[in-house]
Amino acid sequence: MTTSTERVGTRPAVSGGAARGAERRSPLGWVKRGGFANFIFILPLLLIFGIFSWWPIIDSVIISVQHTNFVAAPTFVGWNNFVFVLHDPLFLTAVKNTGYFALLALIFGYPLPLVLAVLMSEVKRAKGLFSVLAYIPVVVPPVVSVLLWKVGFYDASATGVFNSILGWVGIPPQPWIQDPASAMPSLVLEATWAAAGGTIIIYLAALTNVAPELYDAAEVDGAGIWKKIWHVTLPQLRGILLITFILQIIGTAQVFLEPFLFTAGGPVNSTTTVLLLIYQYAFQSSDGGSNYGAATALSLMLAGFLAILSWVYFRVTRNWSQN
Amino acid sequence: MKSPRKVAILAAAGVAAASLALSGCSAGAAGANANGKTEIVVASLEPGASAEALKAFSDQVKTFEKKNPDILLKGEEYKWTGTTFAAELAGGTLPDVFGVPFTDSKALANNGQLANLNKLVSALPYGNKFNKNVIAVAKNDKGDIFGLPYTPYAMAISYNRADFTKAGLDPNKPPTTWDEVEADAIAIHKALPGVAGYMQMTSGNTGGWELTSATYSRGGRMETTASNGKVTVKTDNDQTKAALAYLSKLRWKDNAMGSNFLLDWDGINQAFGSGKVAMYMSGSDVITALVQNDKVDPANYGVTTIPLESGPDAGVLGGGNVAVVNVHDTPAQQAAAVKWIDFYYGQPQVSQSASVTQSKTLQASKQIVGAPTLPIFDQATYTQQQSWIKPYATPGLLANVAPFTSTILNDNIVPEPNKHTQDLYGALDSVVQAVLTQKNPNVDSLLKAVDVKIQALIDADPDQASLK
Repeated sequence: MTTSTERVGTRPAVSGGAARGAERRSPLGWVKRGGFANFIFILPLLLIFGIFSWWPIIDSVIISVQHTNFVAAPTFVGWNNFVFVLHDPLFLTAVKNTGYFALLALIFGYPLPLVLAVLMSEVKRAKGLFSVLAYIPVVVPPVVSVLLWKVGFYDASATGVFNSILGWVGIPPQPWIQDPASAMPSLVLEATWAAAGGTIIIYLAALTNVAPELYDAAEVDGAGIWKKIWHVTLPQLRGILLITFILQIIGTAQVFLEPFLFTAGGPVNSTTTVLLLIYQYAFQSSDGGSNYGAATALSLMLAGFLAILSWVYFRVTRNWSQN
Repeated sequence: MKSPRKVAILAAAGVAAASLALSGCSAGAAGANANGKTEIVVASLEPGASAEALKAFSDQVKTFEKKNPDILLKGEEYKWTGTTFAAELAGGTLPDVFGVPFTDSKALANNGQLANLNKLVSALPYGNKFNKNVIAVAKNDKGDIFGLPYTPYAMAISYNRADFTKAGLDPNKPPTTWDEVEADAIAIHKALPGVAGYMQMTSGNTGGWELTSATYSRGGRMETTASNGKVTVKTDNDQTKAALAYLSKLRWKDNAMGSNFLLDWDGINQAFGSGKVAMYMSGSDVITALVQNDKVDPANYGVTTIPLESGPDAGVLGGGNVAVVNVHDTPAQQAAAVKWIDFYYGQPQVSQSASVTQSKTLQASKQIVGAPTLPIFDQATYTQQQSWIKPYATPGLLANVAPFTSTILNDNIVPEPNKHTQDLYGALDSVVQAVLTQKNPNVDSLLKAVDVKIQALIDADPDQASLK
């Protein structure tokens, strides 16, 4: 009986819950619960992202299989744009140059901020001053800093800033960006100078989270400065290091500003990078023959490559960062 | 606290207002009619022009608006560059009236990327007086006119007269052969360390432009057209190789070209203006830009013709600009645009009063009057126009440009290559850079690669695909 009463008594409750559930799922219930208001609030964001981020991406996919000059009606050309890019001798040059830039930036640009951050964290006095000095290049507008280096530091005459300094120690003037062999390393040098400050600040912030007890314990175990860095600092910064590593790879794969402003891809295409080649496809030829299709095709190839690289990287390093 | 419904209504109103504001912006920017007037935006001067130059332009706008009270004119700074023009064209950010170089106008017209001005330009009083070779660049393949040619130039050698004097050279006797250019460059570089005796542009498609000019002066051509219209690229020719060998000698043996080998049009003008380059190749009318943007003293400026080697094919590369109209303009805007083109570019060439008025305006603002150009119409019209502006010419300029003007009309003027010109120039940039930055580059291989690349582009053109 009790059971029956309970069963009878629960029935309306079950029925009411189902009704509320149905109402919850109905458009009216959604509106009553403020879903519509939420939608209205999110609508501007959706519109802005849709118009300025997602639609251009979708449009790029469409243009990559078209021939268009944005005035006459576009024509469908299938995979022709991709074939054109893959057959262009400059494509391989651009890939090699981009890889070279990324490699040099990785060898010299990646460890430098870490070393400087560790050294700065060890400084007892005027830490703020060093931080400011390190961050100033980041504050300087990129175009200004590139022009400063181009006109002043990299002036290939004997009166250029770097060449004057080299002259003091008897080294003859160097061509810097005026020579195919030294142009790319010169670009990496400026790019490292310009970007290191931002990464140093990130590392400095991460270093403050390293427990001092770990260093104390290491000291008790007889560890010197290098052993402390190797066994305490680097493992503790592992997560940040892995993130900055992939960000650096993605950033250097998209390098454009330096080769565009310093050398326009020269001398002899020695600094033509993938992104600069995309720009050249789209805008180098002004007589209506600009190859927007090839430009978007190469853009998609680069985006695809970076997406796969990032995915593989995070798969491979997942265990490292967790452990 | 407001109810969710009220909040939603408020938010919806906000979104609607924002949308209306955005749509209002786009509608207002179209440049149609304002107060019953036809409104057009015209290319004025290059970015960086001096205040005096801008005032001179502004004065001309006022004169035009006085004559045409139904038109409202706005000037917009504009500069054609190979690497930005296509973006502006595709993005729809070009003014209603703008200039394009001879190399591009025909292709743009054929692609339907310019307004067809055939009826409007043909109706002008001088519509049938054009030099046929000049107006050809403003026509599409069907023969319709899409613009008005202006400031046709011949490639020339600009030089710093003060540097000539300092090096013990006579600035009134500039070099007339390539050997003399070399000798003078060496003398200047020796007398003035740090100054490039002679330099050419190498970047932003200008390296190919100047290499083509150097090739023409030696009797060579970059493209040839067969009787059936088939175009063949052959940069791998003896004259181009001779021009490159000449540069190599000047750079590596004479060491007379300075230390910056990545110069585009702006870069070399700045280098010349700041005294780092003594002699360089450019268009004959470059003094106008040098004064407007680079503070060059006209009294210190000289220009002479490009040395021509013997032979019937040796010639001077001739180019220029075409004033064209935005393809998106309404018929009323197109008509207003052609009125401006006629006023600003056309009338000063054929009407004494217009020519004198423009010269006086430029003179009052200390702008260049008398920059050497080539005839747009026939020789007689050109000579007459030159006589009208003579009293207002920039002091000393006519004498300084005499080495050019006294001989250029007898020279063989050769038009630029007509197929994928900018692509060709861009591809040749790296060849010129190779010669100036490497001691022994494989020039043959580099030129052959250019031929293959550009020929493939030409062969893919619809009008070339069926030709053999």
